[in-house]
Amino acid sequence: MTRSIPVLTVVAAILALWYVAAVPMNAQWAYDRAARADVELTFSDLVADTWSQEKPRLPAPHQVAVEVWQTTVDKKITSKRSLIYHSWITLSATLVGFALGTTLGILLAVGIVYNRVMDMSVMPWVIASQTIPILALAPMIIVVLNAVGVSGLLPKAVISMYLSFFPVAVGMVKGLRSPEVMQLDQMHTWHASASQTFWKLRLPASMPYLFTSLKVAMAASLVGAIVGELPTGAIAGLGARLLAGSYYGQTIQIWSALIMAAALAAVIVSLIGLIQRIVLKRMGMAT
Amino acid sequence: MEVNNLKDAGTPAANGGAVISAKDLDLTFQTNDGPVQALKSVSLDIEKGDFVSFIGPSGCGKTTFLRCMADLEQPTGGSITVNGVSAAEARAARAYGYVFQAAGLYPWRTIGGNISLPLEIMGYSKSDQRDRVARVLELVELAGFEKKFPWQLSGGMQQRASIARALAFDADILLMDEPFGALDEIVRDHLNEQLLKLWARTEKTIAFVTHSIPEAVYLSTKIVVMSPRPGRITDVIDSPLPKERPLDIRETPEFLEVAHRVREGLRAGHNDV
Ligand SMILES: Nc1ncnc2c1ncn2[C@@H]1O[C@H](COP(=O)(O)OP(=O)(O)OP(=O)(O)O)[C@@H](O)[C@H]1O
Ligand SMILES: [Mg+2]
Repeated sequence: MTRSIPVLTVVAAILALWYVAAVPMNAQWAYDRAARADVELTFSDLVADTWSQEKPRLPAPHQVAVEVWQTTVDKKITSKRSLIYHSWITLSATLVGFALGTTLGILLAVGIVYNRVMDMSVMPWVIASQTIPILALAPMIIVVLNAVGVSGLLPKAVISMYLSFFPVAVGMVKGLRSPEVMQLDQMHTWHASASQTFWKLRLPASMPYLFTSLKVAMAASLVGAIVGELPTGAIAGLGARLLAGSYYGQTIQIWSALIMAAALAAVIVSLIGLIQRIVLKRMGMAT
Repeated sequence: MEVNNLKDAGTPAANGGAVISAKDLDLTFQTNDGPVQALKSVSLDIEKGDFVSFIGPSGCGKTTFLRCMADLEQPTGGSITVNGVSAAEARAARAYGYVFQAAGLYPWRTIGGNISLPLEIMGYSKSDQRDRVARVLELVELAGFEKKFPWQLSGGMQQRASIARALAFDADILLMDEPFGALDEIVRDHLNEQLLKLWARTEKTIAFVTHSIPEAVYLSTKIVVMSPRPGRITDVIDSPLPKERPLDIRETPEFLEVAHRVREGLRAGHNDV
């Protein structure tokens, strides 16, 4: 309970700032309309107007909240206008991409730790891969995969994978190398095989590192899936909602899609946090 | 299965009874600052059932010598046999248990889980593992702590658990590198007493590195004094003390005489540097 007070304070401050900012941001439109109708705007009229425009530059929090409510609770999930539907489209690509990225990241890390040649050669490529802006790469991936007949969820998942394998690979290399020399010597004195050393020492020792990088990877996956939806012609998904919203100047729709994406990220990342706590507690490594 | 034929290889071969035998052992480390001669012409025979302590100033090669016995370090000259075979073969046969200076227990395993770790690796059956864990925990007076995690134990208890881990499998050699170095005097006394009892009961051959003269004299049947640059053996003292040793034996004239000789040996080693 005491922990929620600072959080609530920050939220309240952000909302207050948001409301205040909405007034100057949308004031021009209110003044223009008032000038056309040839009426004098009082300050309270101005505030009321800037908080209730149909296509404001910066929608007020309650406008976004109403939009989110109407497109989640009031719409059937199967409806093309339901945010839940669009969220699910994005989430499914995120999860598939995350699973692929995590697998790839772990495999690369194992290769790097166990193979000298990979250790020398792979890491620079892994790092180079992340310096290419994903916005430039995403359309190419979509187009290339479309050309070979792959469309729908998979191209988006590939982009998610591209973003999410990186933190996992880096974290797991560190984690698999975290056992001390003495612990490796110990394994040596027991004449343990390489696979025994991996399963009984390196892998369990890497768990805290794995979970930390999984959280980063999950957030990156979500970004990847949304970016992947931008060039698909805006059919479905949170990215498509963002794009459609900006085509038609539907700022409220953009903001509600953004809020939804943030909420989605918060939920899945804290889900990993929960699994982390359970696993590490069972391993006696709770921090 | 596997475990059975390994046991055979773990018994001393008929080479005059020496369990560990080093002849003219040399070891030079190649470092960035040039070669460091850690061991020079080290020859030593350790008989079955001996309790041998290695003592000497820092950097005289005690750890290096122990690691050669354990096949963790490759000598650059001379030869070493363990149980009549090469150190590598002895390691493959799981001929020794090695206790490091730090307990090195896995934080994600319970005390029981830590002790059964080498047993899992060596392929002991589940029920055999259980029996052995219970037995060695009894031996180091940690019965009842099987389900605890390492961080729930004191440093001394953790070190006892690591000794238990080295005792759990059928190795009749125990190599210990300053196992009690990080512990306070009183805990150390207690563990020394326990270690002697344990040695008497299990009849293991023990090689023990220490910086403490009283500890070396109290525990050992043979004290090996070493000196540095290059690391070599300067004196080997056979202890005249009886096998039965209460803690207050440390005040007897015999004990003090041995301690004196060890101190003289250490001083001599220092002087010719
Ligand atoms: N892996 C290594 N690489 C290079 N030099 C080493 C290595 N291990 C040990 N040495 C050197 O070999 C010499 C002997 O070291 P060793 O650790 O055996 O000494 P020690 O008698 O155990 O000392 P201490 O009492 O401090 O533990 C030292 O000069 C040390 O610097
Ligand atoms: Mg040492």
